[in-house]
Amino acid sequence: MADIKMKSVDAVIIGFGWTGAIMAKELTEAGLKVVALERGPNRDTYPEGAYPKSIDELTQNSRHALFQDMSKSTLTIRHKPDDQAAPYRQLAAFLPGTGVGGAGLHWSGCHWRITPEELRIRSHYEERYGKNFIPEDMTLQDWGVTYEELEPHFDFAEKVFGTAGQAYKVNGKVVGAGNPFDADRSSEFPLPPMRNTYSAELFRKAAAEVGYHPFSIPSANASAPYTNPYGCQMAPCTFCGFCSGYACYNYSKASPNVNILPALRLVPHFELRAECNVVEIQTDSTGKKATGVLYVDSQGNRVTQPADLVILGTFAYNNAHMMLVSKIGTPYDPKTGQGTIGKNFCYQNENSVSVFFDNDKYTNPFIGAGGNGVACDDFNADHFDHGPLGFVGGSPLWVNQSGSKPISGVGLPSGTPAWGSAWKKAVKDTYTHVLSMNAHGTNMPFRDCYLDLDPEYTDYLGRPLLRLTFDWHENDIKMIRYAVGKMQKIAEAMNPKAIKVSVKNFGEQFDSRHYQTTHMGGGVIMGDNPATSAVNRYLQSWDVSNLFVVGSSAFPQGLGYNPTGTVAALTYWSAKAIREQYLKNPGPLVRA
Amino acid sequence: MTTQAIPTRNFVAALCLGFTVTLTPPAIAQNRDGADPALVAQGEYIARAGDCVACHTAPGGKPFAGGLPMETPIGTIYSTNITPDPKTGIGGWSYDDFARLMRTGVTKDNGTVYPAMPYPSYARMNDADMKALYAYFMHGVQPVEAENRASDIPWPLSMRWPLTFWRWTFAPNVAAAQRATPAVEDSATADKIARGAYLVEGAGHCGACHTPRGLGMQERALTKADGDLYLSGGGPIDGWLAPSLRNEPDVGLGSWSEDDIVAFLKTGRNSRTATFGAMNDVVVHSMEYLSDPDLHSIAAYLKSLPPRDGNIQPYTYNDTISKALFNGDASVRGAQVYVDRCAACHRTDGKGYNRVFPALAGNPALQSGDPTSAIHIVLSGSRMPATMTAPSAFVMAPYADILTDQSIADVVSFIQTSWGNRGQPATAEQVAAMRKSATPVPAMGQTVVSSETRTTGP
Repeated sequence: MADIKMKSVDAVIIGFGWTGAIMAKELTEAGLKVVALERGPNRDTYPEGAYPKSIDELTQNSRHALFQDMSKSTLTIRHKPDDQAAPYRQLAAFLPGTGVGGAGLHWSGCHWRITPEELRIRSHYEERYGKNFIPEDMTLQDWGVTYEELEPHFDFAEKVFGTAGQAYKVNGKVVGAGNPFDADRSSEFPLPPMRNTYSAELFRKAAAEVGYHPFSIPSANASAPYTNPYGCQMAPCTFCGFCSGYACYNYSKASPNVNILPALRLVPHFELRAECNVVEIQTDSTGKKATGVLYVDSQGNRVTQPADLVILGTFAYNNAHMMLVSKIGTPYDPKTGQGTIGKNFCYQNENSVSVFFDNDKYTNPFIGAGGNGVACDDFNADHFDHGPLGFVGGSPLWVNQSGSKPISGVGLPSGTPAWGSAWKKAVKDTYTHVLSMNAHGTNMPFRDCYLDLDPEYTDYLGRPLLRLTFDWHENDIKMIRYAVGKMQKIAEAMNPKAIKVSVKNFGEQFDSRHYQTTHMGGGVIMGDNPATSAVNRYLQSWDVSNLFVVGSSAFPQGLGYNPTGTVAALTYWSAKAIREQYLKNPGPLVRA
Repeated sequence: MTTQAIPTRNFVAALCLGFTVTLTPPAIAQNRDGADPALVAQGEYIARAGDCVACHTAPGGKPFAGGLPMETPIGTIYSTNITPDPKTGIGGWSYDDFARLMRTGVTKDNGTVYPAMPYPSYARMNDADMKALYAYFMHGVQPVEAENRASDIPWPLSMRWPLTFWRWTFAPNVAAAQRATPAVEDSATADKIARGAYLVEGAGHCGACHTPRGLGMQERALTKADGDLYLSGGGPIDGWLAPSLRNEPDVGLGSWSEDDIVAFLKTGRNSRTATFGAMNDVVVHSMEYLSDPDLHSIAAYLKSLPPRDGNIQPYTYNDTISKALFNGDASVRGAQVYVDRCAACHRTDGKGYNRVFPALAGNPALQSGDPTSAIHIVLSGSRMPATMTAPSAFVMAPYADILTDQSIADVVSFIQTSWGNRGQPATAEQVAAMRKSATPVPAMGQTVVSSETRTTGP
């Protein structure tokens, strides 16, 4: 173990998931010498994703082959600012990834944009519902960027990901039976929509019957052989059902490893160093300029990597952790509402309805794909009148049959024993005759939901753990109960044998013991005011102008849609600003 | 890294292929001391066409510094240092020394090199190209001080005088060779087939693998004019069969268009199949660097070679198996293994996916009487080469650990005979024999994915 100093590079990227890979591609195209540092191991479709070992549920998903090693570092969790936080020692509610590809290797592939209103959510709600509609402790704010500005980047990201979908409106013209609530697009999806499972088609029919507007979910699981703008290729999805939690063996699911890394491997001025865990971003004596990063490599050496530009692209909440341990920006204080680092932690608010059919109706839940399915957006974003409902936010509803695996995937009717012969009989009776539909709702930011450093617990490097203070608020429970109620109508229209509704009750607290979703956001949020946001509209730190912080950490609120599409578009948007503005004239891109 | 640790390769394999690990190819012409940059660049291009780096670089070694072990029937020989280092390389060689070695196999000190060096092909290169190549090796390659390693061949076989007899017997007269394969310099304006002949019979030395060899290990034909053995398919090399490049409608290129051949050489894949085995390195180190007009010339020339047997009927697709599998009938021997292990990518109809997963139906490699390559690929898996224009290195994972000899024999027999394929079945004994030497396809990079192992091309 030694202290090593590397030669300076133009840019260092912390984390090699989607954001790191996109930035590496963009910045090397601009001619920069780029080093990317990934804390986890090198991973690729082969050998990690090699068939058939890759579709071993016990090894991969149950025992967390691709996820973060919680024995080395984790976060602590509590509900309220006065509670004692405890470490999240076993992965359950959310599954942070590690290794080359990051969460982009084990995600499922739902590839959404964002609605234009959600990017200016405070202004929009105030305009439509009045100044007093948003609760006082809901720290809602605009993103500082518009849909029109992001549209070219949504478009390009879909072409990089090989996204399959049906457009509704292209350049102002209705082109097909896509989502009628979708904003205008500049081009069609690069691939036609995937074919759907029977369960999704049942949803499409029933949702239309009750007056909603179903459409195929845009999916980054390829529906045909595809070559992206980087020359990287994908193979058509086989609906094997092993997407979320797995490296796709078939080159069908978009990932940094499949869609970007092959092209980066040919770039002489790019280097990816795996098993290099960044300890901190280093700054000069003024604290206003990043000088590079300090990391620990796989041999335990402490390595300084100087760089002119630092890109922080770790998993969602880890961006806030890196900012806090590097003492960049002002930590958020929930008492005063001052400070920005750690502010507006947000999650996603999900509940489900299971629908059971008679034994003559086969749903074949073992097939599926992570991004596959049919959704309706009638109760998402602000596509419906919130006035009389008294909550902010909404939820897309869908059947997203991603393949029910033998360990995790057996849905059983209410009242079934959890073990024994009655359980076995219920599994036999229902496994191929059940479908599950989800409300995948927004989570609004609140003053008392935030990230800071834990005063007690440290990680294996001796750094304080990140502390998450988070609980459900009445606004979100109202919203999800409303959305699930609408979904129940769709379920009833299918004339099933039985329906099982799982929905949050008022007063229910966040339960980290059960898987919900890994879609976290906030902590280093974007905006147009340095008093309320950590990064500007280009994701550039207000405090350190040669530091850009990319990822869902920039989201001021939790979306109903899966975040990856918006994360990718924001990263391309930020990269464009770096290439076209920052490199010509390094310094703050927005005057504070 | 010591060379002792490196496994040796059959010399014929090493001759044109190098190791399967990524070699470090030369940096873009360095032009160290003011030589004409255009000439040096032309020389680099010819060095690519001749794939010099493949043999003259040891795994993990410096480009052109030699040391690659090659196994011959009489012992292991090592490729030589051809960097311009004056002491250990060819820095002290005049142009005439260089040209004589390249064309006649005779070294500066009047010895004769082992015929692993394909000088019978290089003899065809004209003075302009040879001078450019010389300029490149003198001025575009970094000198490396690395002593040549003596062969491990025991006395008396280590005596080199018989090589002179080999040369007298098998190597062509240079003037005659150059008349037989006239130099044609520019694909853009030239007769494509003639330019293709110059590239294939000359620098490209395709026949080293794809032409059968005689008892003296000599290629039995060196040009199209030598007869229909030329490029009619070589013997197994490291467990891979070099197929015919003539226009047999089944085992050769008869069903391929010129564009199919160009895509194959440039990107390692086309709408029909993908490269595998030894050809991967040829694509990565050599073919992908050639210009499109030159690739079209090569393809046009190969399309001009008539089939050895003019009576072979073209392959026609037969949908019997495909229908049976679609209907859930996997009762044919090997079909269940195929459905479980292969069909997700290659599909039950055997047609694969365009440029992604190779078609098995009609694949020339599966019309062969010798199932060597198919057995090898099932045991070892395979990786498509990552090329500049097609960077995705699709991997088929190895099945050696998963399937028994009999299962592999069954599934290979199944793919060799389904969908109208006319290959011969495989036996468990053949699989067992191949299993001894088959190694799993390596992972791409271990802890560092560094592009330093690669340059961008011309």
